[in-house]
Amino acid sequence: MELLAFGDTGWGDELFYATLMTIAVSITAMIIGFTFAAIFTPLKLSKNKLLNFIANSYTTVIRGVPELLVIYLFFFGGTGAVMYVASIFGYNEYIEINAFITGAFAIGIISGAYSTEVFRGAVQSIDKGQFEAANVLGLSKFGKFFKIILPQTLRLAIPNLSNVWQITLKDTSLISVTGLVEIMRQSYIAAGSTRDPLFFYSFAAVLYLLLTFVSMKLINRLEVKYSRGY
Amino acid sequence: MDLELMINSFPKLLSAAVITLKLLSVSLIIGLFIGLFFAILRLNKNIFINRFAYGYSYVFRGTPLLVQIFIIYFGLGQIEYLRSTVLWVILREPYWCAIIAFALNTGAYTSEILRSAFQTIKPGIIEAGQSLGISNKIIFYKIQIPIAIRQSLPAYGNEIILMMKGTSLASTVTIMDLTGVAKYIISTTFKPIEVFIVAGSIYLFMTFVIHNVIKFLEKKYSFN
Repeated sequence: MELLAFGDTGWGDELFYATLMTIAVSITAMIIGFTFAAIFTPLKLSKNKLLNFIANSYTTVIRGVPELLVIYLFFFGGTGAVMYVASIFGYNEYIEINAFITGAFAIGIISGAYSTEVFRGAVQSIDKGQFEAANVLGLSKFGKFFKIILPQTLRLAIPNLSNVWQITLKDTSLISVTGLVEIMRQSYIAAGSTRDPLFFYSFAAVLYLLLTFVSMKLINRLEVKYSRGY
Repeated sequence: MDLELMINSFPKLLSAAVITLKLLSVSLIIGLFIGLFFAILRLNKNIFINRFAYGYSYVFRGTPLLVQIFIIYFGLGQIEYLRSTVLWVILREPYWCAIIAFALNTGAYTSEILRSAFQTIKPGIIEAGQSLGISNKIIFYKIQIPIAIRQSLPAYGNEIILMMKGTSLASTVTIMDLTGVAKYIISTTFKPIEVFIVAGSIYLFMTFVIHNVIKFLEKKYSFN
């Protein structure tokens, strides 16, 4: 237990901050994922074949390729890509991207592919009559989307989005390979310096279980809130 | 684009893909037995057995696969007692550690898939078997298991694909699977995009094949 003490003698405070880092990366990745889903879900639902193809290749490639490989692509390729873009604007100095941004982006793109599928499914399972009714009421395009479609989509999507959240949360452990100090990386460091990997990795497992448990409770509450009236 | 690098790295990555497939198939076979075992425990009416099986699947589904591999590979080696037993022959090999972790992980997911498949079997089918005078054991093996397998095919297909992606984590414990070799080539040539395209296409091809095999099986064993 003294291994977990706060302060200089134990790893308690380090692991605590690492847990906060995991939460921060997961939330950032989830938000990036939602942004991607907001772009690609309409493309998936559009009648244009080309737009369909673009959105389908995004979700198929990302969901068919291991997360770790995507992270390596961003980790090794991210700096190069940013420097290339910067050089177009005439900036030629070396740019180093923060491990947090690279990691959150890589996980965000993965999480976005899953979210896109969830939102597509949710929109498609809304009754056709709802769209027609909104048209009959003479609602504007925005009114139709924000007042009729979006609330129903959210209600249908939340249970599946909670799965996406769990996947995203667990995927952040893979960012440890880029050196970002989250739960997994901190446990690796602690295990290395105390020569007690069994304890620290088991403790990491407990921390992840705690995170999934607490977030499930919170999401359940959200689910209840959004299914009022059903 | 460095086409030459892509062509040169293709055979290396392809032979690494064989290791990925080996890891996948061995852990899926072991995982299927673990999953079936725990699914049967979940259907047991004894609350302790039931809770135990639920706890197993909860822990393995709630923690990242990476943690599980690290606990087995780095953690178990720390126990002095284990080092003196026969188990150490297996546990000191990263290959077997990865397979144990994958099998336990996929076993947890498989047990959930099979449990829900068993629970969706209509009681009328079992009653029909009983009224024909078939023994409970035979009802289980000849009626419940085949129906459950058919029911769980779509979900299990997803699990196979997820597991195939999961095997990429073997590269973190020094196994040179497809991702491991891809990372090695990337870090020596600093051409991440080219290598990603080749390695990614191999993964996508495997996903494609698995997806279609499952689809074929679904059609073949459909009820209509």
